[in-house]
Amino acid sequence: MQQFINTALGGLTTGMVYAAFALALVLIWRSTRVVNFAQAPMAMVTTFVALAVIDAGFSYWIGFAVALAAGLVLGAIMERGVMRHVQGKGEINAVILTLGLFIVLHAAAAVVFGNDFRSFPAPFGVRGIEVGGRTVALTGFGIFTIIAVLVVMGLLVALFRFTDLGLRMRAAAFNPEVARLLGVRVPRMMTLGWALASLVGSLAGLLIAGGSLIHPSYMDSVVVLGFVAAVLGGLDSPLGAVVGGLLLGVTLAFVSGYLGSQLVALAALLILMIVLMVRPGGIFSTTAARRV
Amino acid sequence: MKRMKQVRLTPVAALVASALVLSACGAGGRDDDDGDAADSGSTVGVTDDKVTIGAHFPLTGVAAPGYNEIPTGARAYFDFVNANGGVHGRQIEYVVRDDAYNPTNTTKVTNELLLQDEIFAMVGGLGTPTHSAVVDQLNEEGVPDLFVSSGSLMWGDDPEARPMTFGWQPDYESEAKIIGQYVAENMPDAKVGLFLQDDDFGEDAEKGARQFLEEQIVGVERYTSGNTDVGPQIAGLQGAGADLVLGFNTPAYTALARLVSLSLGYEPQWFVSSVGSDSPLVGSLLAEFSEGAVKPGAGALDGVMTTEYIPTLDQGDDPWVQLWERVWEEHGEKGDLSNYKIYGMSHAYALVQALQGVGEDLTREGLVEFMEEQGEGLDGPQLAPFRYGTDSHLGISGMRIVELEGRGSKELTPVLVTDIGDAEITEDTSGQADDAPPESGIPE
Amino acid sequence: MERISRLVGSTLARHLLVAALGMVVVVMALTAVSDFRRFQLAEMACLAIAAGGLTVLTGLNGQLSLGHGALMAVGTYTTALLLPDRDASTPLVLVVLISVCTATLVGALVGVAAARLHGPYLAGATLALAVAVPGLALHFRETLGGEQGIPVVAPPPPGWAEDATYFLTASDLTPRGWIAFLAWSTLILSFLLLANLSHSRVGRRWRAVRDDPVAAELAGIVVGRSRVSAFMVSAAAAGAAGSMLALVVRLAAPGSFTLALSLTLIAAVVLGGLGSLTGALLGAALLTFLPQFVTQIGRDAGLDDVRAAELAPLVYGLVMVLVILLAPGGLFGVIRGALTRRRARRALAARSVEASTSTRPDPDSPPDEQLTDPSGDHRTATTTEGAPR
Repeated sequence: MQQFINTALGGLTTGMVYAAFALALVLIWRSTRVVNFAQAPMAMVTTFVALAVIDAGFSYWIGFAVALAAGLVLGAIMERGVMRHVQGKGEINAVILTLGLFIVLHAAAAVVFGNDFRSFPAPFGVRGIEVGGRTVALTGFGIFTIIAVLVVMGLLVALFRFTDLGLRMRAAAFNPEVARLLGVRVPRMMTLGWALASLVGSLAGLLIAGGSLIHPSYMDSVVVLGFVAAVLGGLDSPLGAVVGGLLLGVTLAFVSGYLGSQLVALAALLILMIVLMVRPGGIFSTTAARRV
Repeated sequence: MKRMKQVRLTPVAALVASALVLSACGAGGRDDDDGDAADSGSTVGVTDDKVTIGAHFPLTGVAAPGYNEIPTGARAYFDFVNANGGVHGRQIEYVVRDDAYNPTNTTKVTNELLLQDEIFAMVGGLGTPTHSAVVDQLNEEGVPDLFVSSGSLMWGDDPEARPMTFGWQPDYESEAKIIGQYVAENMPDAKVGLFLQDDDFGEDAEKGARQFLEEQIVGVERYTSGNTDVGPQIAGLQGAGADLVLGFNTPAYTALARLVSLSLGYEPQWFVSSVGSDSPLVGSLLAEFSEGAVKPGAGALDGVMTTEYIPTLDQGDDPWVQLWERVWEEHGEKGDLSNYKIYGMSHAYALVQALQGVGEDLTREGLVEFMEEQGEGLDGPQLAPFRYGTDSHLGISGMRIVELEGRGSKELTPVLVTDIGDAEITEDTSGQADDAPPESGIPE
Repeated sequence: MERISRLVGSTLARHLLVAALGMVVVVMALTAVSDFRRFQLAEMACLAIAAGGLTVLTGLNGQLSLGHGALMAVGTYTTALLLPDRDASTPLVLVVLISVCTATLVGALVGVAAARLHGPYLAGATLALAVAVPGLALHFRETLGGEQGIPVVAPPPPGWAEDATYFLTASDLTPRGWIAFLAWSTLILSFLLLANLSHSRVGRRWRAVRDDPVAAELAGIVVGRSRVSAFMVSAAAAGAAGSMLALVVRLAAPGSFTLALSLTLIAAVVLGGLGSLTGALLGAALLTFLPQFVTQIGRDAGLDDVRAAELAPLVYGLVMVLVILLAPGGLFGVIRGALTRRRARRALAARSVEASTSTRPDPDSPPDEQLTDPSGDHRTATTTEGAPR
């Protein structure tokens, strides 16, 4: 029983991290109709920036803020400098471009920051909290993770549902021509979308790193799992991304704990295929049949 | 359209024709001159003033952190030897190639080392899956393949099949046997959980441990290297009620397992194999986590039991460690000395010693012959002698069990030696553990 | 109609001729170079076969697969299981064929799922495939050998090959030379099949589906079936590549089939030029020879081993990004563009009116699509009769 609860709680925390990553993918998808496979190395780079700041003697929170800011800037640079040039030239080109960036950022980070294990601090402690005299697998940092992801999700829902800006971003992504005619400054919206997504991605990177070890490849498994989480939720819905992340995190924790950790990736593939076959639009799809 | 095609066909046809003619011209008669290859083969990579050796290591990718330091240590020691005149007047040229822990790349870089860099021998190639991709090739082509950086049995249990290959560190099975017997004798009531890396390391270790602990093992958990979320595995050990965890894992996973157990409030006694107990590394990894959950400094692993087969960084008084510090200071790259680098220096020392021993007329066959005949008696930092001989090419034969304590460690047993299978575990009588390097730091 | 069939006929003849020429050049090249280059060429052939299959899938059919490394793994493991020792009785040709069939079968399964997906969904699903498949080797360790993998014993060269080599070159056939010869023969054979297939009616359907699935459906093409068939063909190529890789590496281990391998295949396809077999060959060559070259430059520039080793991925990632940004047609597209422009200028001088239409080919389409692809007529001819079912 204790193992069951602890496995579930552990899955919950990792699931929240997948959710954060999925939120970043959803944000880019909503604002530019591109799936950014370079999200993980981008977050890895900003996490290393945070570590550099912390190593220089600043507090964790300054490092945290710098990483988020770096994410914002990096996202904008990526969009302006690279992605803009393939906008509207076929989705394959955009996907391949993000894969190219994946390779470049990876290698560049290994050259600049070195290819070593580094530990990354976590605020609020890495000890499990005690409930009724027993320790449960939920750390202070884990609770911070859950709250942070929920807050970000809430903000994104609010952005897209209640603000004029969110509406313009969606319009720019969905139909750039019409949006332009309606007076939306499409390029600016796309840059903004990338910048915000990259910021959320950096948050995901910081949350995964906290209380664990980082190295240039530490986000690699999240590339696949975060994507699966986003697709479970339909790639379009922030709420869906979070629910997808949680489902995936808990399921994979049980697969890893009870069946074997070598099957984690296979289980993720199976879940993805089943969802895509049964509900191509994701669990939260509103339209019955959408082309995926 | 059609006419254009015909126009384009003509040059193609012409090319084919001329190519056929050319290749026909290349056809030669038989002339028998395959005589000179045989005797020159054995001194490949050796000149009057240079001997070239090679190695494959993961310098990039997921497996690189940590392992990529081993060749920097070895290189520092070779530079040290070279600065002091080399071996029999020959400078050692050390060529390291990156295989990213991918067997395809290992084959590629090994071919590069053999055919382009023309190495004399492979020294310290790292990893079981990676090295097993090239071990047959090295043996078929008669290339000495010394001190493989892996504890698989494969490098030494069948010298007839792999005459050129020699292991280095104690094989995983022997190590697990020594640990298993210690636990069975001294903690007969412990409920043992095994935390294993999901490859030959974990597999061989489980085999060794079960020889003594079959009755005591209550849970076995395996983690896949690269998947850093070990929460479910540790929760499994906790659920099985294990109060003594034997970890056969790499240092990063020692740190991860300890962290997860903190969050689970799980406090078993830990017994980590030599591979994963790099206490300065694990300690520094653990120490950076905040809130005082883990005490800073190398004391983070206090009370953890482990084994050692070469002196490590925390033993600052050991003459070997003092030599390594001197070497690193004089010839190291940037960064501090680490146990991974010491590992590299230790096998570099053994190589230099073997090259000294073979004498001035260096051949591949001569080196292997020397290793088989006199390899057992090689000095060096290892605490127990090598097992090299005509029946076995396995490496270091034993180790001692220690408990980590502050910046150092407390010996729990004398050096124990054993072998694979049901060989007995006995106390080492060779005195290998008490020797010191020569004043010069270079074997004679 | 008659004109079309004659055109197809001459395409086949031309492909055969190029293949024959290719074979001669390969034999000459393999005898002329050092043993190390032979090994590199064998490795390049493996990469090129898989990239050739992928370029057909992605370039002609518009499906982006990041999971071809996993399909190669299927081929490699099949070969490894069929070649357990030196006395293995299964003839090599049969081993390779069985490997190709197994990979095709797996490709069909993946293809059925993939046919319903597009763009990023397909990319993500195949990405998951690439990461998931190596885990199977760990799970079924009894049969698949776990992390250490299964050793492969490459059969020694047969007598006739040794005699032929001796007759042609007056030197002995090395094992590496034999493997390289096998790999390149497989490469030429598979490229011949791929080239003919993509110029056949099947290939035209693939392109029609890529360009506009709805229109293709209206024209009577079953889009799903066409996608699955493209996936199967490309999986077959991956299987052949994997089978050859087993002989080159002499080990089937999960560590060989990393995400990096699948990304390398994509890089090869993109660098060379999407949809072009020549491009796949160029890309594979680049990725085989570039890393060593770049690492050497890094080392000569005084970088330590670790940093020099990172240079290779850095450079090829950068080149990949630049190619997509500046020359979406890839290297082959650049070369072809230059040739076309030159030819066009010459033609312009002679017949100024007619040549102007052929100066700007679609960079995504293979070289002679304009010549042989009658899909335009085909589509308009059938839309009237072929109502959607």
